[in-house]
Amino acid sequence: MLRTIFIIIFLSLIFVLFAGASFAAPPIKIGAIFSVSGPASFLGEPERNTAQMMVDEINKTGGVKGRKLELIVYDTQGDATKAVQAVNRLIKNDKVVAIIGDSTTGNSMAVIPVVEKAQVPIISCAAGIKITEPVKKWVFKTAQNDALAVMRIFEHMKEQKIKKIAIITVSDGFGSSGREQLKLKAGEFGIEIISDETYGPKDTDMTAQLTKIRGTAAQAIVCWGTNPGPAVVARNAKQLGIKIPLYMSHGVSSKRFIELAGEGAEDIILPSGRVIVADQLPDKDPQKKALLSYVNNYRKHFKVEGDHFGGHAWDAIMLIRDAIERGDATPMAIRDQLERTKNFAGIGGMFNYSGQDHAGLTKDAFVLVQVKKGDWKLIK
Amino acid sequence: MDNFRQLTQYVLSGLSNGAIYALIGFGFAIIHNATGIINFAQGEFVMLGGMLTVFFLVFCGFPLLPAIVLSILIATVAGITFERLAIRPLKDAKPIRLIIITIGASIFIRGAAMLIWGKDTHALPAFSGNEPLYIAGATIMPQHLWIFGITILVIIFSRLFFNHSIIGKAMRACAYNAQAASLVGIDVKIMVMLSFAISAAIGSLAGIIIAPLTMTSFDVGIMLGIKGFCAVIIGGMSSGLGTVLGGLLLGLLEALGAGFISASYKDAIAFIVLLLILFLRPEGLFGKKETERV
Repeated sequence: MLRTIFIIIFLSLIFVLFAGASFAAPPIKIGAIFSVSGPASFLGEPERNTAQMMVDEINKTGGVKGRKLELIVYDTQGDATKAVQAVNRLIKNDKVVAIIGDSTTGNSMAVIPVVEKAQVPIISCAAGIKITEPVKKWVFKTAQNDALAVMRIFEHMKEQKIKKIAIITVSDGFGSSGREQLKLKAGEFGIEIISDETYGPKDTDMTAQLTKIRGTAAQAIVCWGTNPGPAVVARNAKQLGIKIPLYMSHGVSSKRFIELAGEGAEDIILPSGRVIVADQLPDKDPQKKALLSYVNNYRKHFKVEGDHFGGHAWDAIMLIRDAIERGDATPMAIRDQLERTKNFAGIGGMFNYSGQDHAGLTKDAFVLVQVKKGDWKLIK
Repeated sequence: MDNFRQLTQYVLSGLSNGAIYALIGFGFAIIHNATGIINFAQGEFVMLGGMLTVFFLVFCGFPLLPAIVLSILIATVAGITFERLAIRPLKDAKPIRLIIITIGASIFIRGAAMLIWGKDTHALPAFSGNEPLYIAGATIMPQHLWIFGITILVIIFSRLFFNHSIIGKAMRACAYNAQAASLVGIDVKIMVMLSFAISAAIGSLAGIIIAPLTMTSFDVGIMLGIKGFCAVIIGGMSSGLGTVLGGLLLGLLEALGAGFISASYKDAIAFIVLLLILFLRPEGLFGKKETERV
């Protein structure tokens, strides 16, 4: 008798469970490819963390249109071949409706033909201007163009009446793109580059280059690279007693740089997304709310400061969520809605996508910050 | 005047980098002379020294000196373990096979360091302040003086050790002829292990004293290892003055090349020198043919 009751209870439980499962709508699958390991891991890791954090957050508050989001992440290790394989897998096996990533410009370019053929929208988290110029129907991006950062720096130099500068750039993708933009835009601002030095991504001593620059009439130095190179440049510049202003790129806008460069970081000026100075922004800044919530959330989950690289993934996830809210959870509808994004206050800036612009940002996406007493200070 | 100032700066920068290369090269020479193999994991000991010190100092909150001593000890143990587990079981293998094993070990150590400490770059605080010192219009950091000082000490000690102590002489005997050495009662296995221990210790010491200047991360060992290798090749695999001069020469060429030609060729200069030496004088710039090799 007891046995029969148990069986009945058991069967009804199973029935309820299955019924529950079949009534809930299937999750919306979003794919992500990031360079979580490998040379670009300083980009991929915070991006992966942020994307996962945001998807969990969205699901906790009821998902999108009552459906949960499911994030499928593959690590491409900074390798273009792996990126292409991962995108193929996301589209064919996982059947995702949209993809975010990759972290680097090279990988993002490599996967474009694949997503175009399969007609799935992708939001890249890399900065290279080539990704969305010329505009490609299925490709968007959230990271600010290098050109915008360069223009910010040159604007500031113009105000300071700086006419002759020296540049020192790292010999990798990020550095050469920066070098190209610096040389291209200098003329527009009446600035002349009188010394053009480079260094290797793994170099540990840049005194030779800086000594050479010290011997010129340069009024300021611009260094373009990602950690740890610029930290070495900052330290060496201090060692050599170089007094002219030192500008850096947005590639070092995380606390890590100040830690590494130590006293050498003092007074360095750089363009950055607003995220590192979120609490110094005026209250009327439309991005402030999103920024503070991201910074606090990230600190809570990962015990470290969120940086603007993770912000690129934050923007990508939220843009997709908004697009699905407004339209439908199909690749085509998401693409169309993304293109209609207006005044989206994200981490990287105010996004306004259109048929002619899939990068969505202006140079206002950058603010200039200066290192003062070991912390970032917003330059008004 | 300005040119002179530039030149002295290049020379000083070059010499201080060169001292580091020499110190790393030393580790190569000691193992090569005891075993006939080139230990390509030498750079990883340099990395271990720096990373362990960062770990003890920053994460465990130890004072600087205990952190350094502990790091050298652990790196030395790592060197001994490496010899026991990867080299000794294959004692009769050809050197080329052992060399490939050291490459494998270096990848393993690097990977383990990445998993344990992550991919971030870390800086050590300078041993005695960050105020640059002025010498003839050029500047160096106090840390450079530490590097010069410690390199000179290591050279003096190794000279004394290899020429005047029983163990040092026994190691040299193994280098000349391992079989004859074992016949007169020298335990060759212990000597080989000792050579790994000493070179791991020197390597990690090098990694520690440069970390305040160059910073450190799990992958600094590759390039530093190669530069140290160049130094020791120029010096003809000697664990004496040859390697020191080799390291200084390499550092100087790099700095002058970066200053007067182009910084893009900095690493290329090291490799061109390496190739030229290997082609033209495989016994090293300062070595006599079939020279004393300890």
